[in-house]
Amino acid sequence: MKEHATKAAAFIKDEARTDWHDESLWFVRSKRDKAAHDIPEWEQLRELASQIKDHTLSHLDEYLEAFEAKAKENGVTVHWAADAAEHNRIVHSILQEHNARRIVKSKSMLTEECGLNEYLEEQDIEVIDTDLGERIIQLKEEPPSHIVMPAIHLKKEEVGELFHQKLQTKKGATDPQYLTEAARQHLRQSFLQADAAITGVNFAIAETGGVVVCTNEGNADMGTHLAPLQIHCMGIEKILPKAEHLGVFTRLLARSATGQPSTIFTSHHHKAKEGGAMHIVIVDNGRTTQLGRPDFRNSLKCIRCGACMNTCPIYRRSGGHSYDSTVPGPIGSILTPGIDLKKYSGLPFASTLCGSCSDVCPVKIDIHEQLYKWRQIIAEEGHLPAAKKQSMIMAGKVLSRPGWYKAAGKSARWVTRWLPRPLIYNSLNTWGKARELPKAPKESFQEWYRKNRSAS
Amino acid sequence: MSKAHILKAIQHNKPEPRPLPDIPGFESSSMDIVQAFGSTSAQNGTRVVNAADFADLESALRTLFPDKGKIASTLPDLTSEVNLQNSAPDALVDVDIAVIGGQVGVAENGAVWVTEADCVHRVLPFIAQHLVLVLPEDRIVRNMHEAYAQIKIDDTGFGVFIAGPSKTADIEQSLVIGAQGARSLTIILT
Amino acid sequence: MKIALFIPCYIDQFYPQVGIATLELLESLGCTVHFPEGQTCCGQPMANTGCEQDAIPTYEHYVETFSGYDYVVTPSGSCAYHVRKHYDIIEQTDAVQHLRKRTLDLSEFLLDVLKVEQLNARFPAKVGLHQSCHGLRGLRLGPGSERNLNAPSALHTLLSMVEGVEIAELERADECCGFGGTFAINEPDISAKMGKDRIADHARAGVEVITAGDMSCLMHLEGILRRQGSPIQVKHIAEILNTKA
Repeated sequence: MKEHATKAAAFIKDEARTDWHDESLWFVRSKRDKAAHDIPEWEQLRELASQIKDHTLSHLDEYLEAFEAKAKENGVTVHWAADAAEHNRIVHSILQEHNARRIVKSKSMLTEECGLNEYLEEQDIEVIDTDLGERIIQLKEEPPSHIVMPAIHLKKEEVGELFHQKLQTKKGATDPQYLTEAARQHLRQSFLQADAAITGVNFAIAETGGVVVCTNEGNADMGTHLAPLQIHCMGIEKILPKAEHLGVFTRLLARSATGQPSTIFTSHHHKAKEGGAMHIVIVDNGRTTQLGRPDFRNSLKCIRCGACMNTCPIYRRSGGHSYDSTVPGPIGSILTPGIDLKKYSGLPFASTLCGSCSDVCPVKIDIHEQLYKWRQIIAEEGHLPAAKKQSMIMAGKVLSRPGWYKAAGKSARWVTRWLPRPLIYNSLNTWGKARELPKAPKESFQEWYRKNRSAS
Repeated sequence: MSKAHILKAIQHNKPEPRPLPDIPGFESSSMDIVQAFGSTSAQNGTRVVNAADFADLESALRTLFPDKGKIASTLPDLTSEVNLQNSAPDALVDVDIAVIGGQVGVAENGAVWVTEADCVHRVLPFIAQHLVLVLPEDRIVRNMHEAYAQIKIDDTGFGVFIAGPSKTADIEQSLVIGAQGARSLTIILT
Repeated sequence: MKIALFIPCYIDQFYPQVGIATLELLESLGCTVHFPEGQTCCGQPMANTGCEQDAIPTYEHYVETFSGYDYVVTPSGSCAYHVRKHYDIIEQTDAVQHLRKRTLDLSEFLLDVLKVEQLNARFPAKVGLHQSCHGLRGLRLGPGSERNLNAPSALHTLLSMVEGVEIAELERADECCGFGGTFAINEPDISAKMGKDRIADHARAGVEVITAGDMSCLMHLEGILRRQGSPIQVKHIAEILNTKA
């Protein structure tokens, strides 16, 4: 329960680094604002995107079946996986069929969620992540800290040292241009040698049976077009009805994510290349359960732009790893409790409910309202710490009884007025760690009112 | 097995039917779309030039790429130094400049639609060190809605909107041009 | 028009001057304001902690206390938002439905009901406006920097009616201060850091007084300011609007 607070406190100990992290993400949020404000119909686009997703979720079974039928017509093999384990087994069996041992992968939060890399490595299959940020954290053996900018928590000095060890770059080199060039050379070799390419999916189109993959680096395309086998892994919620709906979503995605007017590459895959093979794996892994929760189902609208992370004042100051979940930040805090309520019971509390996440969300997910609702469920199911629950029961009693309230207020004011500092400001008073308590006035407003107005 | 299970779970759990909204045109009246295409492209790091400023395509390339290098062209009016039909995709790794025709340009984001049919090899626009797209000016549309109305995404097995040179900002949010794909994008408007 | 004044618990206990300023301001604008005896709290502290079931008796007490008025006015966007948004878990009687529409933040009441266009107030100072989140994004007292809407916020409109006020330009116009109710206790480090960062923004802008529509944010910021020994003051917007020219 306190896990986020503990990890956040550790992150924030290095205040200069916290400020750097906060500023880096605020910079992205500012670029997003500018891009959004340049589009007069921005709010209308958000509403459209939200409605298209609502519609699609309400017909999801039909659209998935239509998608599969069309993809099959296109010569694509479609697989269905109920959970992460089945997804990993399916991917492995496709690779085995094609005798593929060297895999290049572009960014996919789904395969991250399923633990695909670890699974394949255990089967002695080499997996190279090819997005620069993903490659950095793969070499560093860390999970991503952000869904769009996986290595946003690392400084260029750390990347330089890592590349020096792993890619033999010059000792002490920290220039991003130089380091990126080194990665380019290294990854080109991997692309040329790969037996198969695995990508995530941004959008899947029911009408045409194709998938759309968006990148800035071009890594997904280098992988899929060079390797003889391409595999696209998608959650069931990635479906859109028709190609025309891409117009709405491509306008929103990159602007929300990084403030760019478009991702550099928006690739539409419908058929395998000549002589190649194309597979699509459709994954549930808890999504149908989330669909059955009326208060939480619209979290499935998420297009993984990361805007809620960039704007979240807590995420910016605690880092993605403090959430300990594949998808961190506000959206992660409403998705993960649906997967393991006990383990992630602290995340809905890692928020001030400021609501900025909901207002940047390009598909208008009511993220902060869902955080509030998860809190109710967490308390009901007994995952609140006992002391906190007791204090809330007590507060409920005091605040519904004017007499008790009056007495409690008086003693609270008395305490802050008359007790010596060491008795108030100690380790039990977390408020007082960095803040003074309010100076207690002699009389409450109610007392003042009785003296000054009641008589008249 | 899992398919039936997943579909059944969806049928059981999905909400009441919700309507599919119509997408309006969002026509902004006074936009000069060619000019807008130029300025958004410039912001993306793309170089946009007019074919009219050069004698022909070949002299354009000579001027734009003084160091030239190995050219792979899919256009009939420019000789390709690489025999694309007879090359394996990975043999294209030493192509310096790929010259390809674009089908539709988008003013709001500087993206150009390119399909498999335009590339011969899907990997060509990505694997070449530099990419040149030749686009008729009258094929520029206002926004992505119009773009999707103009194209058929499944006309060929693969199609892509390209909106600039390959880039990354994965190291400390520093923008670096030339990540895994082409290091530069030049658009020649005809 | 029967108007009731709701003074939230922490304002009642720790910031009576904010209650007094709200009352005097409304009276000076010609309102007859009732202050129902026995009022306590909207129940938000329990509900935001996940214990809205434990808050129900408090909700019911609020409804009982404030039934029969045309409007309930409170100097807290956060409490008004809580009543309007979250009193959906109790039986929706006429009284409850009425209160969920007619519990208004002071700034809403001034602008939307009284249609105030000028004030006889004077406050010569450089003022930093803290946009409290529940007022801004809950009650929509302003467009918010996230959305592509062009409109001044309610608090801007009101402050600009006060002679002598210079509203400071902030680098981050409406970032959360980090109070967040029990968040301030659960995650004290992040909470305090967020407050420090807000204060630094105001300090860089040369702010003398930070104002807001919610005293809870200001209590948190004041706690940090006083620990820092900063000369920056905090004042609820009612205190500024109630100054006399």
